[in-house]
Amino acid sequence: MSTPGAHLPEHPDFLWRNPEPRKTYDVVIIGGGGHGLATAHYLAKNHGITNVAVLEKGWLAGGNMARNTTLIRSNYLWDESAAIYEHSLKLWEGLEEDLGYPILFSQRGVLNLAHTEQDVRDSVRRVEANKLNGVDAEWVSPEQVKEICPIVNISGDIRYPVQGATYQPRAGIAKHDYVAWGFARRADEAGIDLIQDCEVTGFTVDGDRVTGVRTSRGDIGAGTVALCAAGHTSVLLEMLGVRTPLQSHPLQALVSELLKPVHPTIVMSNAVHVYVSQAHKGELVMGAGVDAYNGYGQRGAFHIIERQMAAAVELFPVFARAHLLRSWAGIVDVTPDASPIVGHTPYENVFVNSGWGTGGFKATPGIGWCYAHTIAHGEPHPYVAPFALDRFVTGALVDEHGAAAVAH
Amino acid sequence: MQLIHCPWCGPREEVEFHYGGQAEVAYPDDPAALSDREWAEFVFYRDNPKGPFAERWSHATGCRKWFNAVRDTRTYEFLATYRVGDPVPAVVRRHQEVSA
Repeated sequence: MSTPGAHLPEHPDFLWRNPEPRKTYDVVIIGGGGHGLATAHYLAKNHGITNVAVLEKGWLAGGNMARNTTLIRSNYLWDESAAIYEHSLKLWEGLEEDLGYPILFSQRGVLNLAHTEQDVRDSVRRVEANKLNGVDAEWVSPEQVKEICPIVNISGDIRYPVQGATYQPRAGIAKHDYVAWGFARRADEAGIDLIQDCEVTGFTVDGDRVTGVRTSRGDIGAGTVALCAAGHTSVLLEMLGVRTPLQSHPLQALVSELLKPVHPTIVMSNAVHVYVSQAHKGELVMGAGVDAYNGYGQRGAFHIIERQMAAAVELFPVFARAHLLRSWAGIVDVTPDASPIVGHTPYENVFVNSGWGTGGFKATPGIGWCYAHTIAHGEPHPYVAPFALDRFVTGALVDEHGAAAVAH
Repeated sequence: MQLIHCPWCGPREEVEFHYGGQAEVAYPDDPAALSDREWAEFVFYRDNPKGPFAERWSHATGCRKWFNAVRDTRTYEFLATYRVGDPVPAVVRRHQEVSA
């Protein structure tokens, strides 16, 4: 590993225009985070649709996109999830070239630790499912875990000893701000208006069509409305009288001070609720499960962090003397089957992209691609079709609680 | 960490409690009569308000009783806690009127 921070690119001298909203757009995307910006990019690039506004109530990519732990992987259990996340991972592998912008995508691999006999069985099953879906995956022993990441404690004396792990070598991390800026710059260049400080406060409706959005910067007409609002999706849909099985929770993460390179991969542990990677600059980036209660406050409870740190220090004794630099929370939208909700709503020209819970970042290019297709064609892309809202009525759930990796 | 007021034990630390989701979601009176849509609503759909939310908590490491709370999901402040079956406290009703 090279010196931390050595390859951070310079900030560009121009980011994007900051236009006044026009009276009307063919497509209004609500939410200027990773998903909204990626959708805008692929609407322009893949479908030639550029009469588009992306509305952001705060500043671009200042919500969950700025608050996540930047992990990218595609080792999900079910075919439906493997298809969308692997599509996304393949796009990540060419994204720097596509955007013409550095994103510091680093394929350092992910270990998902198993701590019990049942963990081992579930993990081996997932490895085989991954292989059948063309996703790189292998089962590794505790000794191999130690070879891949020497600072993991594989002693049998700890409360939840490491019994092995799944390993996906193509998994990685990227620099989230640069990802957002790359998408934003390309969308802006294509003529798409990125409108910040513009909160959606309501909708104008004509029968089963939405004709526009009411915002803190005036009414904006819309041919199609595409939601990309993560934790606030149900708040927006409530304004349209549409209920969704979404619950919004704070999901906390934190970073240590800058350290020399000690952690060459990503380690996740479902059982003890911690996951760790080391950022390019050198911070240890750690996440846990969601806070149990609903919340929109972008902060969480301290005892969650305390438990997460206890687990981290047992697994990585070397962390014991690291200092916590800062912590924060994003507001994630959690579904009953830990899979996203994408596609049609009861309004014919309103589409929803939500419910990514704790795992939205890794999906960014993949969902942008598929959601743009969905908006352009008025029908779900095949990769997102299984994630329709009506699956909670038909019962065709995609139960990814095991592979979603953290408790939610 | 918050102090949460258990209606039986008084104020106790947050770590003693377990969250139980939305309050007063009643089991259907006539389950066999429900459509698939209605079953979906009962099993999977819950309110998700940004503001006061009536929800269930259990004093898991104390008296182990369930109770209701109204908590503001923006600030996480507990506006009231009360025993199951008791009316929603007046302070919460006033708060809801102001918010609405």
